[in-house]
Amino acid sequence: MRSRELRLIGTAVILACVPWVVHAQTFGFGRPPTPEEIKGVFPSAAPDGTGLPPGRGTAKDGAAVYAQKCAACHGPNGTGTALHRGLIPLGNAKPVKLEESLVPYATTVWDFINRAMPWTTPGTLTPDEAYAVTAYVLYLNKIVGEADVLDATTLPKVRMPHRDNFIPAQPGWTPGERRRLGNYPARQ
Amino acid sequence: MGSHSSSDRRRFLTSGGALAAFVMGAIRSVRGQTPAPAPYEPQGLLAYGQPSKFASTVVRRTTARPTAITDTALMTPLQDLDGIITPSGLHFLMDHTNGIPDIDPRTHRLMLHGMVDRPLTFTMDEIRRFPSVSRIHFLECNANSRPLRGPNRESVQLIHGRTSCSEWTGVLLSVLLKECGVQSKATWVIAEGGETNKYTMSIPLAKALDDTIVAYAQNGEPIRPHQGFPLRLIAPGWEAIRAVKWLNRIHVVDKPYATWHEAGNNADTAADGKGLWYRFELGPKAVITRPSGGMRVPGPGFHEITGLAWTGGTLVRRVDVSTDGGKTYQEAQLQQPVLRHAHTRFRFPWKWNGEECVIQARCTDDRGEVQPTIEEAARIFNTTVDYFYQADHFNGIQPWRVARDGSVTNAIAGA
Ligand code: HEC
Repeated sequence: MRSRELRLIGTAVILACVPWVVHAQTFGFGRPPTPEEIKGVFPSAAPDGTGLPPGRGTAKDGAAVYAQKCAACHGPNGTGTALHRGLIPLGNAKPVKLEESLVPYATTVWDFINRAMPWTTPGTLTPDEAYAVTAYVLYLNKIVGEADVLDATTLPKVRMPHRDNFIPAQPGWTPGERRRLGNYPARQ
Repeated sequence: MGSHSSSDRRRFLTSGGALAAFVMGAIRSVRGQTPAPAPYEPQGLLAYGQPSKFASTVVRRTTARPTAITDTALMTPLQDLDGIITPSGLHFLMDHTNGIPDIDPRTHRLMLHGMVDRPLTFTMDEIRRFPSVSRIHFLECNANSRPLRGPNRESVQLIHGRTSCSEWTGVLLSVLLKECGVQSKATWVIAEGGETNKYTMSIPLAKALDDTIVAYAQNGEPIRPHQGFPLRLIAPGWEAIRAVKWLNRIHVVDKPYATWHEAGNNADTAADGKGLWYRFELGPKAVITRPSGGMRVPGPGFHEITGLAWTGGTLVRRVDVSTDGGKTYQEAQLQQPVLRHAHTRFRFPWKWNGEECVIQARCTDDRGEVQPTIEEAARIFNTTVDYFYQADHFNGIQPWRVARDGSVTNAIAGA
């Protein structure tokens, strides 16, 4: 084929499929979620309490919830069963090099229980039940008292034992940043 | 084109346009002539092929934990695989969900909301309309490569098989975020899965805007349910706990949420008792997959030592192999392609003299970071070797001992 024909075909392809300049505009796909859809997303809690729903509970209330909805798997006092790990200490129990939990925030515990427990019927706890059973789990770990009320204001204030003992102190990342701990020196 | 006179140019465009119309017409008529589907549809193995019955041992395996109903950890048979792509059915998995969902893509939605100008919900069809990328990336669980985990210590599959490498196709998360208009105060996104237990992860906005993919295809076909069908987040080079499966929500926020699986369950304990969290990037690692633990070298003479290397940093720059327990190293050949955040295949011709020896490989990445031995890692961390027996994010060198009878065992296990 002669080069002029090739060039014509090339032009034809370009004209038939005009390329979209990706960086210059948006595409207009998708639709805005309705206010109900945004309100209906599953709650998640930030360490400062952002996102926590209304509701309240104490470890005393939570003991009953625990006995009914959690003990079958996690044992009567959070000590675990043959099938499931216990809840003391909270979090990474392998390797157990610490007396206390590695969990940094009480909101982390609430958020996980609220979204993922009970394991086979997650998302079914009422707000009061979730606060109460979180309080009970924290009470088993000697982090709150039996009568302490947990709600959207008090939960973020509960201090976990390892709160200020993390590396890095402030999580973050910028492009090109090298991983921190575990960087090994270059070999000559 | 600048040198053409304007009339030339017009003629050129006109004829091009005519040809374009002709080409499109041609496509239409070809479509119109498509024969009706044959009355016969291939069934079973003809519709979707399966491996030979003689390859039935090339399967994922797990650790002997008969009582666990969670922590479903299935490891890739690295010792049986060649090249760099892991077949999708052999991709490792390690889930925190009560049963693997198989989500109907017709009803699946991805919602982006929070600190954005235009919150948006996308159907799968809409997500597929965006410009796509296909990139080959490894995934690796941060708990991979514990050198002495219980009964797993003897095979490369059980020690190092929590890593796999696939071609992922999808839309860059940056494109979706741009569509929503991220507000200037936003710094993180929280990715949520659509399975019953609603797994969540915090990802720095910088990574979300950098190279993170919202993937719908793995190795050319829709992602499999075990791997997150119909949508999975891929944060290249980072611990695979960030690769949220069954993705259905991106919440744009201004702080990390310290979710359970990043701050509770997957935080590590440093040797001095401090917590280690948000460790993101995985270190350089090379593992000899053949010969490896549990195999038998058939006899003295020529053998090809081969394995995989990868790094969360960028590219694998070189792999060195030692056949004398690390006293001396020689550079191995890297098989092309060598890709960013992908497994890289290495090869090393070896003449075994029949004497007991220890073989091991060492990865150096593009930034000059060198994989340490377990002893070197212990010195750097100011701890003892046994700290790493159960540690996560471990990228120490894996030595294999070849005995005089050819049997290969984990040389760390004997330490
Ligand atoms: C059917 C068994 C079952 C029931 C009932 C159950 N859990 Fe769990 N729980 C699990 C499993 C399995 C895990 C591990 C989940 C994972 O790997 O993500 C777990 C993990 C946890 C954890 C994290 C502990 C850790 O260190 O991993 C907490 C806290 C917890 N459950 C609290 C509760 C509470 C509170 C209830 C009752 C409302 C409850 N669970 C009911 C099975 C159960």
